Amino acid sequence: MQYLVSVIDDTAGRATPEEEAAIDVFNDRLQAEGHWVFAGGLGSPSSATVIDNRGEEAILTDGPFVESKEYLAGFWIMEAADLDVALKLAAEGSKACNRKIEVRPFLGE
Amino acid sequence: MSQIDVRAAITQAHHEDWARVVASLTRRFGDLDIAEEAAAEAFAAAVQRWPANGVPPNPGAWLTTTANRKAIDRIRRENKRDDKQKEAQLLYDDKPPEPLGAIDDERLRLIFTCCHPALAMETRVALTLRMVGGLTMPEIARAFLVQETTVGQRITRAKAKIKAARIPYRVPSAEDLPARVSGVLAVLFLVFNEGYLATSPDTDPVRHDLTEEAIRLTRLIRVLMPEDGEVAGLLALMLLTEARRTARVSASGELVTLDEQDRGTWDAALIAEGHRLVRERLAARVAPGRYQILAAISAVHTSARDVRGTDWSQVVALYDQLVRLDPSPIIALNRAIAVAELDGPEVALAAVDRLEHKLAGYHAYHATRADLLRRLGCSQKSRAAYDKAIELAGNTAETASLTRRRDQLG
Repeated sequence: MQYLVSVIDDTAGRATPEEEAAIDVFNDRLQAEGHWVFAGGLGSPSSATVIDNRGEEAILTDGPFVESKEYLAGFWIMEAADLDVALKLAAEGSKACNRKIEVRPFLGE
Repeated sequence: MSQIDVRAAITQAHHEDWARVVASLTRRFGDLDIAEEAAAEAFAAAVQRWPANGVPPNPGAWLTTTANRKAIDRIRRENKRDDKQKEAQLLYDDKPPEPLGAIDDERLRLIFTCCHPALAMETRVALTLRMVGGLTMPEIARAFLVQETTVGQRITRAKAKIKAARIPYRVPSAEDLPARVSGVLAVLFLVFNEGYLATSPDTDPVRHDLTEEAIRLTRLIRVLMPEDGEVAGLLALMLLTEARRTARVSASGELVTLDEQDRGTWDAALIAEGHRLVRERLAARVAPGRYQILAAISAVHTSARDVRGTDWSQVVALYDQLVRLDPSPIIALNRAIAVAELDGPEVALAAVDRLEHKLAGYHAYHATRADLLRRLGCSQKSRAAYDKAIELAGNTAETASLTRRRDQLG
């Protein structure tokens, strides 16, 4: 079972060197224990472009699809047996990156 | 067998076997929704057939078998629509229900799943009352004064989340168990308290149906986890509180405080059972948790012939112990009430006043201040505090009691 573990940020700043180091340690553990699928940090919401090609032509909009104080700063995709396992990992991830975290399951087959 | 006996047998089976049936079906089919629906259909079948055919010798087994068949019927129906292959597997998997020993453990799984911390508190309460308690949606809606559709949506959403996010159906590991048990107890205590001191002006002041249900479920957990001190503590606390239920509201519908209650009307059997549990925990010589300390305080109160005979130094000592575990202002407020009996209202008032910034919106804070001010002869300040308490209180019996005490001021 895979979970999307999103990092919720409400600060303008990027991760500090200490946070980066803690995230590296956490990522190594995810890989060693077989929970790692993918992870990445994202550019700021202002660097986003929204595209809508449902009509006649593709329409581009500058900026994120929703403006809010909190935004997605990065994410992990983790493999976990069930929600309890995912929540435990996410709790450690939250500590490592020093941000709030959302855990959401991928749709089952 | 008369119709009344059959009805009693169905009620009894519902109390004893609902959670068992839901739990064993959830385990077998891995789906709360199927388990709930099949259990409900099995009980509906009992209501239909038992009056004519008689109550089966083992009602629990009959209900489990019937529910299993209903669940398989539903799965076959659904599979016909989308997957013939799964149907074949199911036919092959048509094994008899599991023996009774393993099922107790399944009820425990069911409780832990319904009280999972990833679910909102109100969802946990609704789900536990439905899946473990067997209450219907309209019953739950009435209990918490919400629309039936709201309860329905809450439960449907919870079942969907459990499935989609894969909330596990198991007893937590030893390492997580204390935190998870305390989560379960919090749900049951909330149900009990809503029954004991209903918060709305539109309901009876004491909701016996809810206190009874909370006690029944706590008893069940006690049977399943006899070694857990906090489970015993919560059960004792509920029993010692429930024992005073009838003395707590007067004939005119007014809340009667502990010092004014007719102790002769307390339920001696419940008190004896509560005291037994408290003694059992004392003998265990393990540092007590919150519920055990609250139960011990209740035991001191229910051991006394009257307010003057109460061992107040013991009560204050127990509150001191509680404050160390739970430094919440509400505990500090209750401690101050005991301090008033031990060291006088002046000392208590000073302690209460220190809580103002945290409890200014809580009716009991103002009611306590009002009583202390009255005892100190400060009528005017007391009246103002009663006014504030009446304004904030939701429970009808409590409002009536506060109004009387205010109007008795000189």
